[in-house]
Amino acid sequence: MADFVRLEYKIDGENFTSAGEASVMVKRNLRQMGFDPEVIRKVSVAMYEGEINMVIHAKGGVATVDVYDDRIVIVLADEGPGIPDIELAMQAGYSTAPDNIRSLGFGAGMGLPNMKKYTDEMKIESVVGVGTTITMVVYV
Amino acid sequence: MKISEIVKLLDAQVLCGEDQLEGEVKSACGCDMMSDVLAFVKEQAVLLTGLCNPQVVRTAQMMDMRCIVFVRGKRPPAEVVELARKAEIVLLATEERLYVACGILYTNGLSGGSVLHG
Repeated sequence: MADFVRLEYKIDGENFTSAGEASVMVKRNLRQMGFDPEVIRKVSVAMYEGEINMVIHAKGGVATVDVYDDRIVIVLADEGPGIPDIELAMQAGYSTAPDNIRSLGFGAGMGLPNMKKYTDEMKIESVVGVGTTITMVVYV
Repeated sequence: MKISEIVKLLDAQVLCGEDQLEGEVKSACGCDMMSDVLAFVKEQAVLLTGLCNPQVVRTAQMMDMRCIVFVRGKRPPAEVVELARKAEIVLLATEERLYVACGILYTNGLSGGSVLHG
């Protein structure tokens, strides 16, 4: 296996104001490593949407970003309520976010579809009552 | 379109990024739903919105946007301005409503990257 750099962040689920800080740090790191702006944007948008989801639905979690020469692997793991119907959750416009989150500009039902759109591979593993792990890969 | 022209057209107040007004923007997006903004990929874009929370700045940062225009006379809190300053994003505030502000920029040649009309 090729060498990789691991970036790891604990996502604070209590504070919506700080949601997205980990994605900002990943973006900064990838820029310093000299990746193409398009690749950086895909990774940071996908991770940002995931981070917001973890804060809204799962009281936070852990984000791990493994940076290889040819790909970037983002793993978002939470111990939230889980997703009962993944197919439904993937539909553009479907959302279970509460009204207070909508008033902040989220909960349009575009989070998961955007994550899929901006990544080359996406896998959702979710068990109701146990948690959700989302793995996304962007090829460089 | 230069950001300085947006300032003029919308009679906008510059909240931060005074030194970046000569920067060029190539498209625009008017929206209050951040995920809809994130679904839209265009480089060097300006975001027009009625929302004033830190997530607006972070969303713009993720999308490499240069400038945010707050409409309807809204002013973001100081921490949001500080966040934008660090991210080197110009913040503007106009009294115009979202629809009209977008219309003025569109009429003056700033395209939104139309789905139907290119």
